[in-house]
Formats: sequence, C-alpha cells, structure tokens
Amino acid sequence: MDYLLLVMGMGAVTYLPRWVPLIFLSRRRLPEWLRQWLDFIPAAVLSALILPALVTTGETRHLTFLQPALVVSIPTLIFAWKTRSLAGTVILGMALFWIAGKFVS
Amino acid sequence: MRRPPYPSFLKDGMAAAWPICLGYVPIGLAFGVLAHNAGLAPWEIGLMSLIVYAGSAQFIAISMLGGGAAVMPIILTTFVVNLRHLLMSSSLAVYLQCLGVGRLSLYAYGVTDESFALNMTRFRDGAWDWRKALALNQTANLAWIVSTIMGGYGGQFIPAGAFGIDYALPAMFICLLVFQIRDRLHVLVAVLSGLLAVAFSLLFPGNAYIVMASVVAATLGIFLRRWGGRERSGTEEL
Repeated sequence: MDYLLLVMGMGAVTYLPRWVPLIFLSRRRLPEWLRQWLDFIPAAVLSALILPALVTTGETRHLTFLQPALVVSIPTLIFAWKTRSLAGTVILGMALFWIAGKFVS
Repeated sequence: MRRPPYPSFLKDGMAAAWPICLGYVPIGLAFGVLAHNAGLAPWEIGLMSLIVYAGSAQFIAISMLGGGAAVMPIILTTFVVNLRHLLMSSSLAVYLQCLGVGRLSLYAYGVTDESFALNMTRFRDGAWDWRKALALNQTANLAWIVSTIMGGYGGQFIPAGAFGIDYALPAMFICLLVFQIRDRLHVLVAVLSGLLAVAFSLLFPGNAYIVMASVVAATLGIFLRRWGGRERSGTEEL
C-alpha cells in the first residue's frame, strides 16, 4: 500500500507545522516583542502570497507586468480599501478578471 | 458587512466560508482531473484531500507521482511546501488561548492560507470565536474534499475561466490584506514583505519565499516600531 503510506506521510508532515505552534504558543503568556511580531505576520504573509503571483510567471519564475491578474488587482485593491466589503471585493474582482480575460484571449 | 446575530455558531462559520468555497471549487475540480489523469481513483483522491488537505502540496505531489518520484521525496517536498503554516498557526495561537489540547488539535487540521486569512480578520473584528472559526475551517475543508472527488470522476463541471472564478481567492486575499492594515507600519511591512517575496521567488525555487519574506518583514516591523518610539500598535491610525 505505497499510496496509503504516501498519503499518511504527507498528512503527518502537513499537520505538524499546523499543530506545534497552536499547542506551544496558545497555552502560555507571550512576551510583548513576540506579540508585536505575530501582529505583523498576517499582513506580511498575505502580501508575500499575493504579490509574486501577480508579477511573476513561468516554470522558472521571471518578472512580468502584463498579466490580467495584476491589472485587475489595482481596481480590486482600491475598491477593497474604499468599501471594506469582502463580498463586494470578491465579486468585483471576479467580474473584472472575467472581462479582462475576454480581451486577452 | 454586518449580519444579524444568528443563534448558532455553525451558521455563522459556514456562511463566512463562502469566498473560500467559491475559490476551492474550481481548484479542487482541476486537482481532481489532474489526479485522475495521473491514474488515481476518486476514493484515493478523496483520501488525500481528507488526510493531507493542502492544495499546493497536493498539486506538487501529483506532478511528482506522474514523474515517477518515490514516496520519501514527495513527503519531504510536502513538508517544505507547508512549513509556512508554522507562521499562520503561531499568529492564530494568540486568539486561541485557553483551549484544551484536543480542541487545538482539531483546529490545527483546518489551518490553510485561506482559512487563516479569513479567521484572523474575523478574530480581530471581534464577535468571532473558535467554534465559528472551526465551522468555517470544516466548511472549506468539505468544499475541497467534495470538489476534488468530483474532479476525479473526470469532469471539470465548470468551464475553465468561467465568471472569473479563478480570481475569487486572489480577490479575497487582496481584501483581507487591506483589512490587516491598521497603521503605517503595517503598510510598510506589507510592502516590504511583498517586494522581498518577489525577489526571493525569483532567486529561489519552491515557495520558501513566503516564509523568508514574512519573517524578515515582520522582524523589521518590530524594530521599526521600537526605533520609531511608537508606544503600542494602533496609536497611529490611518
């Protein structure tokens, strides 16, 4: 059962990084510097997830500033900033991306 | 977006999960199709989605399987790809104080990029608790499992690119990033992290750039907070 072994192994190594910090950090008082550091993490992680996906492409990544996803991200960002509406932003982003796709293809 | 107070945490959590579900369905279907093409049966696909539950790692595993890779290299790659969850769980831990080991262990299963981003925003807004967050996690989890199995039956069901659905998750991330910005230092850290991530992603293969950029940017953030003489976060509202 090689496949079962594979899935169990993958599951274990995925679960551990999700589990260890929850167990070790949520049950003790965190020093102030760590709280401040963790306070920056969501913004930092989200930005690190988003930006490379918008401005790089390819199997061996290279820069590009022409992807529809990048162009659409600008009005989407402005809309999110102004309205603070998650639903509105997701729907607007999808609509703009759909329209942009029609122009590109 | 203010919703009326629902009696049950289940309803709140499930309702809040919709952007994630919207994003997971096309990706899950695409994953199922690829896994099917790589020779996996629907139950094997479902099993991986249930036990691993990590989108990008599952895609990589399938492509490695297709390339004839052995078990250990795939597991090691999965580990490296998913190390970023260390950061996310650390951040979530602040809001999950005083839960028992059992509940924390249950919660840990559902930590993904998407559920982390959405739950962190909700926790910070208040009126959010671990039950609602768990309901959100498991709703997203269910959407992922079901859509990957459906894809495994060989159907895309949604034509590629329809309704811009591929942009549901990027748009959600952009909006949640905006929600995370509370003072100028957050802007600075986000911009820095984004630029570093782009640079690292061009320099190094894989996705280590996410952790590297986030750690460097957040660390610079606490030093800037200290050197700037700002007392506490949130003193300098935008």
